[in-house]
Amino acid sequence: MRSASSRPALLLLLMALLGWACTSAAGREGSDAVRIVVRGSDTMVTLAQRWAEVYGDAHGIVVEVSGGGSGTGIAALANGTADVATASRRMTEEERAHIERDRGPLEERVVAIDAVVIYVNEDNPLGAVSLAEVAAIYRGRTTRWGELGGDDEPIAAYSRENSSGTYAFFKEHVLGWHDLAPHVQCLPGTAAVVRAVASDRHAMGYGGLATASGVRILPLRLADDTLSQPTREAVRAGAYPLARPLYVYVLAAAPDAVRWFVDWTTSSDAQGLTERAGFFPTGDA
Amino acid sequence: MTRGDRTFVAATGAAMGLLLAAIVALGWALVRLGAPALGPELLLGRPSADLARGGILYAIHGTALSTLLMTLAVVPFGVIAAIHLGELARPSSRVVRLVRSAVHALAGVPSIVFGLFGLGFFVLFVGHGIDALAFPGAESPVLGRPALLWASATLAVLTLPVVIVTTEEALAAVPRELREAAQALGATRLQGIVTVVLPAARAGVLTGAVLATSRGAGEVAAILFTGVASYVPHAPTDPRDGFMHLGYHVYVLATQTSDVEGSAPVMFATALVLVLVTVGLNAVALVLRARAREAVR
Amino acid sequence: MQGRGRARRARGLEWLAERMIAAVAASVVVALVLVLAFVAREALPVLADAGGIARLRELFAPSGEDGSFAWQPVGHPPKLDVVPLFVGSLKITAIALAVAVPVALAAALFVSEVAGPRTRRVLKPAVELLAGVPSVVLGLLALTLVAPAIQRALHLTYPANALVAGLALSLAVAPIVFSVAEDALAAVPRALREASHALGACRWQTALLVVVPAAAPGVTAAIVLGFGRAIGETMIVLMTSGNAAVVDASPTSGARTITATIAAELGETERSGEHWHVLFLLGLLLVTFTLLTDWAGRIVARWLARRRGEARGGTP
Repeated sequence: MRSASSRPALLLLLMALLGWACTSAAGREGSDAVRIVVRGSDTMVTLAQRWAEVYGDAHGIVVEVSGGGSGTGIAALANGTADVATASRRMTEEERAHIERDRGPLEERVVAIDAVVIYVNEDNPLGAVSLAEVAAIYRGRTTRWGELGGDDEPIAAYSRENSSGTYAFFKEHVLGWHDLAPHVQCLPGTAAVVRAVASDRHAMGYGGLATASGVRILPLRLADDTLSQPTREAVRAGAYPLARPLYVYVLAAAPDAVRWFVDWTTSSDAQGLTERAGFFPTGDA
Repeated sequence: MTRGDRTFVAATGAAMGLLLAAIVALGWALVRLGAPALGPELLLGRPSADLARGGILYAIHGTALSTLLMTLAVVPFGVIAAIHLGELARPSSRVVRLVRSAVHALAGVPSIVFGLFGLGFFVLFVGHGIDALAFPGAESPVLGRPALLWASATLAVLTLPVVIVTTEEALAAVPRELREAAQALGATRLQGIVTVVLPAARAGVLTGAVLATSRGAGEVAAILFTGVASYVPHAPTDPRDGFMHLGYHVYVLATQTSDVEGSAPVMFATALVLVLVTVGLNAVALVLRARAREAVR
Repeated sequence: MQGRGRARRARGLEWLAERMIAAVAASVVVALVLVLAFVAREALPVLADAGGIARLRELFAPSGEDGSFAWQPVGHPPKLDVVPLFVGSLKITAIALAVAVPVALAAALFVSEVAGPRTRRVLKPAVELLAGVPSVVLGLLALTLVAPAIQRALHLTYPANALVAGLALSLAVAPIVFSVAEDALAAVPRALREASHALGACRWQTALLVVVPAAAPGVTAAIVLGFGRAIGETMIVLMTSGNAAVVDASPTSGARTITATIAAELGETERSGEHWHVLFLLGLLLVTFTLLTDWAGRIVARWLARRRGEARGGTP
């Protein structure tokens, strides 16, 4: 009886030791540091994490980053559960009014330029696509590749979730605020859409240029039948229709540490990180 | 055996075989996909900026800490409640029936609804309330935001039924003679419970704690809005911080990293670690429960 | 004299301690009430604001461009038809139960009626270990391994759909149904089986015509528990259902469940917006539904137990 009864006690002791070890060994340094909470765009989450790493290490500050979508970040700023919101779409007038009414004036900064691209599987032979054709696909009017000159197979169109700024941007600029067809699948996050398109010959998706790896980016056919590629020159010249600024929002009344961080994100050091993350620096707007 | 019997055995055996095959396939797939990336660099490494190649030390730490806090909250609560239900109250009393119904109902609440509750109650009500009372001039919320503390509290409410039911079972299995002996020696009811019944039911009570821990470690939906973050730059030591979590890390890697191919090894390895923890804990609980039953017999 | 005072104080302390213990037990009820209350608190403004019941009816009416149901919370104007979400949840739950319940019940019968005690000691814990696998991992494996295979086999447009979600969910539901059903079957007294054999029944007749009916209350409870688990699951369906708010009966089309919608969208919405309140309302409807089915299941189980008691002609 004694050996059997001492085993559970030993287990408890082990668990307690583990807990104590975890608590004391790792990361004492964070406990008294300033904390900055950054929430928002999935498109920008990798960039934000790089900021957190570089800025946090340099200044001994804890920068906590979460994705969830531009809407999440803006909501978190409104609720007071985040200090900085990253967004791949502009805040709407209603959202701005709501926040400024509850929490005071807001500051908006453009930290990068991104290009929203339409992509298909690498084996898809389609040469280019017009925005009208994309709209027809996502509204459910066009359902087969045959209608675009490909083989007669159904088009598997993928979208981002509606908490995504990319989704809102797409809905506004490509669909003109019409409804997406119900059968269009909404995947939670950038990687899911890229993964889905990369593994399916008959899939189509959209998203930020930076995240489109392993898939073929389609040039857009403009009204005058020229093709527009999402390159730095095209974006700079305003020739690519789906270029968009990436935003950072912070309260004017935020603590100094937070505002210095936000100021830093538009500095030249941070712009280097921006380019490495696959976006275009703000000078190109 | 008649032909009907043979069919019966074959059919039920096939079903059992199907279940076992599913378990084996699951385990094999996880090990094959996750083992390659499993190593000290992964387990002890800090997360990288894009999460795809970094280590999961902070996720392990976050999972361990949130689960530990949850267990510290839920076990005393659940054991005490079970003592009332099983030992002190009259079995037919209205309170007992009400509490039992409540336990049963809580067990049926979907975990995402617990997440809603955790957000609406702990973060936005209790947290904001404490902020308003204790930190009235603060520029940003101190406790009124998602935090390790609130996530653990939410998990504690979620796992409460497990602890109560298992503890009640364990207490009920203690032979009546022990209680009567304690009473005969002059102990009051409470003294008898604390000094005789509880120690005798120790293994079963521990089973409940371990099962709750396993459930808490694997739960993601309930912590989505109550405290988990996709990236923290250091291991959480402050319960007001956000924290990383193994299960959430798997979800984020599957849906939010841009490097789909590069992140796959880490993703499966993280999943493997999480499964080893939860299934391991469950296995410990099963062993404890078997031992408890044998001890009684 | 002193002894009596001390004894009284000790009794007083004991009384106090017992009251406090009772309070802790009662707080479980408080916890449940709080859960329901705080979800309802954020949900009811949907009804309280302009429109009341009419607004509720609107939520159930189609508002899509072509007369169909549309769940498009981000839009000008936002469209919040909840019907596709209910259909999605129920469809995936039905698929999961259709797969999990027969397999789990049959496996439970195997363990309780066919396998010997040594095999049972190995098999039962083995299946219970499956219950320890977190649903996020089940979702991951289904998404990366099962979905592509099914898509290739059935030539589907999308790899993620109600079928894949239902299959993955069945892996989460099966251990629960198995466990509770096996407990119920094993609890049927051996005397019943022996009596059946003595009357000439063979094994499958005993199992299906005697043991299962005797264990009917427990088996019912097992199925109800499985249902509750299935309809309340979030991570699996979030990753494998495709999250398409489709209203149709086909298992191979996408689906969007209530749980996945809440998980994916709650972070986005601003507090006190209509979208926020509707999401909480969905949560409230979901938990109410699960509590009602649970309660109904218990009533059915109790009725079955009473009937069994009457049929045996004595005290149950």
